[in-house]
This record gives sequence, structure tokens and C-alpha cells, in this order.
Amino acid sequence: MIRENLNQWDFVIGAYVVGIAGTLAMAVWAWQTMRAAEKRRDKVREKVKRK
Amino acid sequence: MHAFANPTRFLKLASWLTPLLLVGGLVLVAISLVWGLFYVPPDRLMGETVRILFIHVPAAWLGMGGWSAIAISSLVYLVWKHPLAALAARASAVPGMVFTAVCLATGSIWGRPTWGSWWVWDGRLTSMLVLLFLYAGYIALAQASARDGGSYKIPAIFGLVGAINIPIINRSVVWWNSLHQPPSITVGKSAIDPAFLVPLLIAVLGFSLLFGGVVLARMRALLADFQAEARLRRKAMEAA
Repeated sequence: MIRENLNQWDFVIGAYVVGIAGTLAMAVWAWQTMRAAEKRRDKVREKVKRK
Repeated sequence: MHAFANPTRFLKLASWLTPLLLVGGLVLVAISLVWGLFYVPPDRLMGETVRILFIHVPAAWLGMGGWSAIAISSLVYLVWKHPLAALAARASAVPGMVFTAVCLATGSIWGRPTWGSWWVWDGRLTSMLVLLFLYAGYIALAQASARDGGSYKIPAIFGLVGAINIPIINRSVVWWNSLHQPPSITVGKSAIDPAFLVPLLIAVLGFSLLFGGVVLARMRALLADFQAEARLRRKAMEAA
């Protein structure tokens, strides 16, 4: 049997970086787009009310 | 259920539930990942790479869970024509796709030291890749139908038809020969040692809460866009 000299921790850290970065980026993006959309809606509501 | 499907009631509930789910999810995920990374012993066969379990398994479950949410919401929309069900389906697509991509990427990273290969075209991996393409197709279709002001009927039918892939993914390791291991957790049974099972369940709960928080945030964003557009359209019609 041929055994490769791989450091298992490199793969563990790689997987954690991919998982954590993907999840955090998604959560931050969802929160920011929600805040921006709700701000836009409130602005439109005010604008329409004033006219 | 119909009482909560009212947009005003939904927004009242979602305004405090969204940050609670996001923060609660982040805390539980952090606890489980630190536990998995530093306090879980290495596995007898897989060695240190067993720690990838705490990201890969929740991502796989939520990738499939996201499409299940799309299918159920689509069915509710087709039967009761409730617009909030259409929003829930659309809001589940991006987090579902992200978790499917994370599952595929972490599985590939895990496969290299365990199987000696980054990728094999077996039933489990291929059906999961098909799920990723289904998500991409669904997102494009839902965006196109929303942009053209059309109904949600076609994306809803696509969401229901695509659900056929979920039992295929689940049973793929039983139906076909695979390098991927058979299911370790079934209803009421687990082949996983408690040393791994407890942090895994915390990770699944934490990622699920995060998923719920992201879905609620997406629903609020889609609803706000819809309300702003409707108000502007109404104003333009009054002026004309």
C-alpha cells in the first residue's frame, strides 16, 4: 500500500475556512440586503405620504 | 398557520425572531466548531480529518432541507395561493444553495486524504451536484418571473418537481456502490460515538438556527422590495 505524507490538519483547516467564510458571508449579506430594502421601503412610504 | 401568514403579523414576529435566530445560531455554531476542533479526539480510522464532520454534515442536511422548504412552500402556494409562501420558497433558495456548495467543497476536501481523490462520480456526490444546479436554475427562474411581474406558478412547479432529487440523495449510498459511507444516523439510531454525536447535534442546531435567520432576513428583504414597488406603482396610477 502506498501512503502519502499528507498533513491532515491542512485539510481540516481548509474545510473550516470554507465553511465559516461561506456561512458568515451569507449571514452578513442577508442582513445587509434586508436593512437596505427596509430602508428603501420606508423612504418610499415617506415620499408618497408627503406628496 | 393562516393567522401568521398575514404580512403585518409576519413582520411583527420576524422583527425580533430574525436577530435572535442569527445570534443564537452563531453562538451555537462557534461552540460546536471550537469543541470539534480542539476537544474531540481523533477518529481511529479517519484520524484528525473526522473534525470536518461538524461542518460537512450540517451543510449536507441544510442543503437538502433548503430544497424541502422550497417544495413545501411551493405546494402551500399552489394550493392556497398565499404570497408569503412564495416569498418563503424564494428566500430558502440562496441559503440552501450556499450550504449545498459548502457541503460539496468540504466533502471534496475530506475525500482527498480519506479516499485519495478530490472527486468521484458516484451516486451521492453526483446527486448533490445536481442539487446545486437545481438551486441555480430555481434562483434564475424565480428572479425572471419576479422581474417580469409574472406569477410564482412556474418556479413553484419547478420546486416541486426538483424535490424528487432529495430521496435520491438520501438513498444513493444504499442503492449504489459508493466510496461515501452509508447513513450513520437514522430515525432513533446512531452509529456515532457520543464524543462526536453531542457536538455534531449542537452544530446541526446552530447551523439550522442560522439558516432560519437568513431565510427570515431574505423574506423581509423580498417583502420590503415588493411593498415599495407596489406603493410606487399605485402612486403612478393615481397620478396618471
